[in-house]
Amino acid sequence: MKPSGIGGRFRRITHRLGGAPDGDAGDIWKAIQLARHAERPYPLDYIQRLMPDFEELHGDRLRGDDHAIVAGIGRYHGQPVVVIGQQKGRDAEERVFRNFAMSGPGGYRKAMRVMALADKLGAPVITLIDTPGAFAGAEAEINGQGGAIATSMQTMMRLNVPTIAVVIGEGSSGGALALGIADRVVMLENSTYSVISPEGAAAILWRDAAKAQLAATAFKPTAANCYRWGVADAVVPEPEGGAHTDHDAAARLLDGYLSRTLRTLEAIPPGERRLQRRERFRRIGAHRELPTGGTAIVVGVDDGQSGRS
Amino acid sequence: MARRQIQVSIDRLRGHRDTPTPRAQKLPSDDRACPKCSSHYRSEEMRRNLNVCPACGHHFAVGGRERLQQLSDDGVYDELWTELRAADPLRFVDLQPYPKRVEAAEAKGASEALVCADARIGGRPCVIAVMDFAFLGGSMGSVVGEKFARACERAAERRVPFITVTASGGARMQEGVLALMQMAKTIVGFEALADAGVPSIVVLAHPTTGGVWASFSSIGDVTYAEPGALIAFSGPRVIEQTTREKLPDDFGMAERQLENGHVDAVVDRRQLAGRLARLMGILELPEAPPGSLALQLAQNGTERAARVAQALPHLSRRLRDRISRGDHPGGEGGRP
Ligand SMILES: [Zn+2]
Repeated sequence: MKPSGIGGRFRRITHRLGGAPDGDAGDIWKAIQLARHAERPYPLDYIQRLMPDFEELHGDRLRGDDHAIVAGIGRYHGQPVVVIGQQKGRDAEERVFRNFAMSGPGGYRKAMRVMALADKLGAPVITLIDTPGAFAGAEAEINGQGGAIATSMQTMMRLNVPTIAVVIGEGSSGGALALGIADRVVMLENSTYSVISPEGAAAILWRDAAKAQLAATAFKPTAANCYRWGVADAVVPEPEGGAHTDHDAAARLLDGYLSRTLRTLEAIPPGERRLQRRERFRRIGAHRELPTGGTAIVVGVDDGQSGRS
Repeated sequence: MARRQIQVSIDRLRGHRDTPTPRAQKLPSDDRACPKCSSHYRSEEMRRNLNVCPACGHHFAVGGRERLQQLSDDGVYDELWTELRAADPLRFVDLQPYPKRVEAAEAKGASEALVCADARIGGRPCVIAVMDFAFLGGSMGSVVGEKFARACERAAERRVPFITVTASGGARMQEGVLALMQMAKTIVGFEALADAGVPSIVVLAHPTTGGVWASFSSIGDVTYAEPGALIAFSGPRVIEQTTREKLPDDFGMAERQLENGHVDAVVDRRQLAGRLARLMGILELPEAPPGSLALQLAQNGTERAARVAQALPHLSRRLRDRISRGDHPGGEGGRP
């Protein structure tokens, strides 16, 4: 695909963004189903198309290899690039093997080990996010699931190399954010990013797991809304009908964004890049500020527009 | 920029009454029963014992301001940033609209789930950030994230220890992905402390779970936990539902987490202020030598100094980049 074609598509998508979050329940539910489509490309599908020379690395160098996260280093547009992704399974057997892309602390420790390699080599880091959340299990807790997620965020915050996080499917909870601290956070057109999976939210807030669709609607976790809130810096288009219809085209569209953005990021001195990364996450959020003393009157809500870099 | 107006009258909110829990309804209003040993106490008696059961040592919940009072010398502290209040960026409605939940929580007296203050403990100045479980389950939304980051930056600027006491169910669901992003914001706050070489002390109270355990509270420099506090990313109920494992009763409890290697000490609340004062004495920072990075920091604020600190490694790095670029000519055709 010609670069101009990609650029044109970008402009069209970013143009219809802005303003209040979209509330159409039907559209949101459709996006969630596309984000979780069984035929949607997963990290290894993108990797084999973007960097045919890729060495997958295994193990957290502590106790095992968490199959929910794939990590490795490959040759991308003439330089080594580290890729870390959350990998779902294509069939029943593989889904179990990948633990439905819900990693334990070992997965994040594997990720951090490969990030350290990236920093040593000066290789950019690309993360591909697609998980319903970090795994909820007794062993994961004992081995420090909370600390592993926190340390992974801290490690990404400190990397000297350019970093891009791409939400390729569903990004849910701290399990997704653990790989989501980057210079640019982007979402594929039909991906979602949320504080919790719709099922989890339904169970907690509605006390009824069958209310997933209702929960999904309330969270409005679409790429367009995340862009509005400053959570996503860009929305990467997918082939017509969704990424699952054409993996090659989906990879080409992602390639266009990644190669262009890496060039932009590499032009920024490392220290400045780290600082900007920090400031990016320092800004995100929406709160009111009461005038000090007396009765509160009116406070504006920033819908996140200022949180854009 | 999309701006939206929200009207909230605090005076009206103050008129609201707390909805009593079923347990509270069974007892006279100033009487509390210990769930562990069933002893009954007048609430005044309980308050004097820092909400710890005098008979069995069970630790009851403590509100944010009450905790500040317990820890601060003479119970005196200066609360910061009470003007920051929750917004409703998602226009979120579950069983009831989010602003209604916030109103109800504010009506109980606290302004948010995190209260921050300048205080002294054992004569030592510090910045404290305390979570209040009574405010929407101590959940972390945009206000909590913002106040937390400000508190870290303030401690870094003043070069005084940063202390945080946690009690939270995790991220505030009603703020959706923006609440999730506050986890990252707390990490940014800790980076300010790291730049300044200022210590962070985390006290985990019951419960510390979800996104709060998976962010700042698991990576403090020194981590205390209160006896019996549940400390977990996923709580035992969720784990039992997902994996159908039967978990021991003390799963995720402070005492177990000490054995698991996730906390440094389990500290009885009645000893907490003393322990914090002693620890701050050990950690006390030397006077910054003239011209040092630390002094600049005090003068110019954290960010400027962070810039200086981060500029240093560039020199060698840029040189290296240039060399490595020479190794791969044409590898980056479109480099600007
Ligand atoms: Zn008792």
